[in-house]
Amino acid sequence: MTPTNLAGILLFLIITTLLAYPLGEYMALVFTDQKTFLTPVVQPVENVFYRICGIDEKQEMSWKTYAFCLLLFSLVSLIGLFLIQILQGHLPFNPEKFKGVKWDLSFNTAVSFMTNTNWQNYAGETTMSYFTQMLGLTVQNFVSAAAGIAVLIAMIRGFIRKTSNTIGNFWIDLTRCTLYVFLPLSIILALILVSQGVVQTLGPYVKAHTLEGKTQTIAVGPAASQIAIKQLGTNGGGFFNANSAHPYENPTTFTTFLELLSEFLIPVALVFTYGAMVKERKQGWAVYWAMMALCLVGILTALYFETQGNPILKKAGVAHGTNMEGKEVRIGVMPSVLWSVITTDTSTGAVDSMHDSMTPIPGLIQIFNMAIGEAIFGGVGSGLMMMIFYALITMFIAGLMIGRTPEFLGKKLGPYEMIMTSVGLLSSPITLLIFSAIAISLPAGLSALTNHGPHGLSEILYAYASTANNNGSAFAGLNSNTLFYNLTLGFAMLIGRFTTLIPGLAVAGSLAKKRLTPATTATLRSDTLLFVVMLISVVIVVGALTFLPPLTLGPFLEQLMMHAGRTF
Amino acid sequence: MQEGHSNEKSAWQPATFKRSTALRKKTESIWDPALIKPALRASFTKLNPRTLWKNPVMFIVEIVSVMTTLITIKNIFIHHPFWFDFQISLWLWLTILFANFGEALAEGRGKAQSDSLKAMRSQTYAVKILENGQTEKIPSLSLKKGDKVLVEKDDLIPGDGEIIEGVALVDESAMTGESAPVVRESGGDKSGVTGGTKVLSGRIVVKITTNPGESFLDQMIAMVESAKRQKTPNEIALEIMLVAMSIVFIVVCATLLPFAKYMSVNVGIPVLVALLVCLMPTTIGGLLPAIGIAGMDRLLRCNVIALSGRAVEASGDVNVVLLDKTGTITLGNRMASEFLPAEGVDIKNLAESAMLASLADDTPEGRSIVALAKTILGKRGGEIQAPESSEFIAFTAETRISGVNIGKRMIRKGASDAIAGTVREDGSLPEDIQQVVDQVAREGSTPLVVSDGNQILGVVRLKDTLKTGIKERLSYLRGMGIKSVMITGDNPLTAATIAAEAGIDDFVARCTPEMKLEKIRKWQSDGNLVAMIGDGTNDAPALAQADVAVAMNAGTQAAREAANMVDLDSNPTKLLDIVEVGKQILITRGAITTFSITNDVAKYFAIIPAVFAAKYPALNILNIMKLNTPESAIISAIIFNAIVIPMLIPLALRGVRYRFTSAAALLEMNLLIYGLGGILFPFLGIKLIDMLLHIL
Repeated sequence: MTPTNLAGILLFLIITTLLAYPLGEYMALVFTDQKTFLTPVVQPVENVFYRICGIDEKQEMSWKTYAFCLLLFSLVSLIGLFLIQILQGHLPFNPEKFKGVKWDLSFNTAVSFMTNTNWQNYAGETTMSYFTQMLGLTVQNFVSAAAGIAVLIAMIRGFIRKTSNTIGNFWIDLTRCTLYVFLPLSIILALILVSQGVVQTLGPYVKAHTLEGKTQTIAVGPAASQIAIKQLGTNGGGFFNANSAHPYENPTTFTTFLELLSEFLIPVALVFTYGAMVKERKQGWAVYWAMMALCLVGILTALYFETQGNPILKKAGVAHGTNMEGKEVRIGVMPSVLWSVITTDTSTGAVDSMHDSMTPIPGLIQIFNMAIGEAIFGGVGSGLMMMIFYALITMFIAGLMIGRTPEFLGKKLGPYEMIMTSVGLLSSPITLLIFSAIAISLPAGLSALTNHGPHGLSEILYAYASTANNNGSAFAGLNSNTLFYNLTLGFAMLIGRFTTLIPGLAVAGSLAKKRLTPATTATLRSDTLLFVVMLISVVIVVGALTFLPPLTLGPFLEQLMMHAGRTF
Repeated sequence: MQEGHSNEKSAWQPATFKRSTALRKKTESIWDPALIKPALRASFTKLNPRTLWKNPVMFIVEIVSVMTTLITIKNIFIHHPFWFDFQISLWLWLTILFANFGEALAEGRGKAQSDSLKAMRSQTYAVKILENGQTEKIPSLSLKKGDKVLVEKDDLIPGDGEIIEGVALVDESAMTGESAPVVRESGGDKSGVTGGTKVLSGRIVVKITTNPGESFLDQMIAMVESAKRQKTPNEIALEIMLVAMSIVFIVVCATLLPFAKYMSVNVGIPVLVALLVCLMPTTIGGLLPAIGIAGMDRLLRCNVIALSGRAVEASGDVNVVLLDKTGTITLGNRMASEFLPAEGVDIKNLAESAMLASLADDTPEGRSIVALAKTILGKRGGEIQAPESSEFIAFTAETRISGVNIGKRMIRKGASDAIAGTVREDGSLPEDIQQVVDQVAREGSTPLVVSDGNQILGVVRLKDTLKTGIKERLSYLRGMGIKSVMITGDNPLTAATIAAEAGIDDFVARCTPEMKLEKIRKWQSDGNLVAMIGDGTNDAPALAQADVAVAMNAGTQAAREAANMVDLDSNPTKLLDIVEVGKQILITRGAITTFSITNDVAKYFAIIPAVFAAKYPALNILNIMKLNTPESAIISAIIFNAIVIPMLIPLALRGVRYRFTSAAALLEMNLLIYGLGGILFPFLGIKLIDMLLHIL
């Protein structure tokens, strides 16, 4: 860990924050129905959509209706995406003449993109036609991200409304998020990426003749447009199999920075949106600092252990022990580690190095980041929701300890909120543990492992942590395009997605109905250092208590054994 | 007259604590043998799964205890080593028994308390008229609807009822806030009397129309019995969290089996069960019922009967308190505060005349005039005596005048118009006196005119006096973030005067019952939780609307029915004690929950290396407590987990002390003690137990 590394990391975090703050404020304007500088341009388009779909802009929904619309929309997305993949052989824009995708892989991929997970059991350039990539996957990149934000906004409305039965309109939130936030940002980012050398073409793959006189097929395609939203929407599903380690997805140091920034930008901005919408910006900052502290500790720990390198290599005198396995030389150690932590924090899941090849402790950090529910900034919308669940638990215990019925942002927390918070917080860990245990007990699960011992355990844990929390990055080393994994990972993604969003809406519905308790001197504030420290502690304690046994047997034991001279 | 006000300025805060410690001294210590024995017995009967399932966390422990017990028995039969499994089973059962014991002990204490309360309450007696015309002294509480009682001068009317015989002057100020005594007589619409009001003169027979008190006590007893107790929303919410955590830990332990198997380690079921029970929030799960019951019990010790646990806990959240002026902020009885002599009359003359006229007047007003006159005349009690020839004229509702005839002197005192009628033909007062009278009335006091024969001597100002220490209590409320609002029928000027004097935050003047109700609704719709103390029938609708409604036991039946708490002492400032108890219940739950969860860290450090270090010696670095053997590590953890429950029983029963500081300071302190302490303490405890086991 050099000062340059640290300065680079700090600079990155500061730049992100500086850009995220105004974006967050902008989004708050968009979702509270106020005029922005884009309104004159976008509103006519927006109205056309409403008119076509017959949506009444004034109509508000109860949380149940909101949830029903979300589920309906997701189901239609799922079926549509499934059919596009199955039928892609008969559809246009297929210059490489790819056949239809097998049903279980189609199911897995459809679930994956619909749930904003973007776990990929396929290699893009050898499986998916341009049609599938553009009308299937890219569209889902947009709308699954927008759906996540829509639900978050609805949840925030639960805190600001009083004695109200409604929490907004799903269709309006979804449309606004896509038109006002994702489209403009994606257009800008895609253009910059193209200028840096990311490919964007509908033409067939390029045949190159090498110096040895052989032919090499170079995969190309409409990549830039998909990559922009892949990063911005914390999707992470690469156009190419190698994701952002691929030179056509991520050609330069500048694009590495830019892609990293864009996957971090909206999750950070949403924290400020939250502060702006509850009209107490300090609340946003409190959550920001809790997340940022957890993020920073993750980055520094991972970086420390990764730059320690591999003692076995060191002993052998190879490359001073620097662990370059699985990393792009042009990207380097620090950006790879930074990226690996940010991508697991934000539930993006895009990678610019192979996480599987890092030393065990960074792997542990990555699994932990995901396993606690992607609450450190997290996926767009869902991440902050998760952190709000943690905040509710924190305020519940804190409220008791000061002798008041627990409340958060002036809303009293009762049994119903606790049920929903528990479901929201604990479904993913339970899913993760149960599916991992099943996978590790069955031949169907074990046969996919390329490594054994603690590393094998880490691989399986990583896969289910990634899917049950809708991250989508892979540890690699797990050949998961099998019937068993396609189905179990698919179900993990479905459970992970909807056991976060639906309880979030339920909490919003219940809180919106409640009165707003005015703050007095006896109110416990949730914008103080004390709260931030407590929130961080609750996240760590809940995560540690749930995952200590498997993480000890997996990455932690591996680290100990690596120093004893054993690898897996 | 502000007697005792200044010298008790800071008396309130110590007073509550003094009172509660006094109560503690009065009652048995927690480990009273008379309570322990039945509690021990109940610990075993409570093992019955049909009752234990109501405590889900302990119910899960019981299920896994049965599992390990069966495994132990199996091992005995197939001649496998069973000693280790046996120890685990034993401590698991003890864990449940300890929890049951805590609950049973809390119940026992609550029952003992309500029994003694019942006995104490029945010491106030009523004279019941039997069928045969004879009378019998019976406890007021055993009166039933339809009973006839005889009430004489200076008696409290034992219950709500109707006068069927006689006429009496009744002081209803405690009920209605109306200071002047009222005439109540049989027949007509003035026959109703309310319990707790006092007969000042006369002799009446009252037919009781309601069943007093009794049912409240019965309800209270139900609240200190686990089986009948209704859990409060806060308690249910916490229980949900605890169950959710238990489920996660069940999954954690169950999935550890395949993970360990993959890593070629065989973990026995008893070890997994031990890990599970250690991780589950058994400490709070086991003590949760005891905390709730003990809270109700503590409230009972303050002589407050709560009709719902929910209201007690809500009292911790109250941010607006409605206080009736009369009886709460002021003494309710008007007191003489000033003599205002007519022009040319010596103040001593006025004072003496007023005193003489009041010597036989046993109303609080009359006594206060005598007391004030004494200070002005510089006389002591013994020196005052009515002259031999005195002939006292008693106050009647018709004349509204009282006084004394001493020889030819006819001293009278009374309302201004009544006196004017006797002094002058045209029934008017001299200009200067009329001005004084008007001025006094404008300021919210009551003018009493004194005359001697045809001469008007002057005016006595009767004023509402603040209750002792009320100011401190109100500033205390403010410190807790609670806004105090005074409710009064007075005009705004008077209300403002009293409010300023008492340091009240806000007041509602010329308040009608409808206004009260409307105000409460408005505060509530602004998100406030409103507490109200009331006694009169006209308070009933407002009491029913308020979130926390305390009725005076001396209040009317309607008020008591509308309220969710009854204060047996009829002390309106009891609300502060109620708030304290409510907060204590929540704090105790929160503190033990935090302690319970943070304890898990140490237990992981005991059990994980114990299970895996044999196969992977590298993991021994997690054995930071340097426990002796894997077996002793696991047994130590489970023993610690079990004995921490009885260790915390006193805390659960007494409650974590509530300190009157800011929310943040309170939280910081509790986090330090129960959070940080909860992490560190078990490291020490488990290590000690391990060392002890090693020695044994």
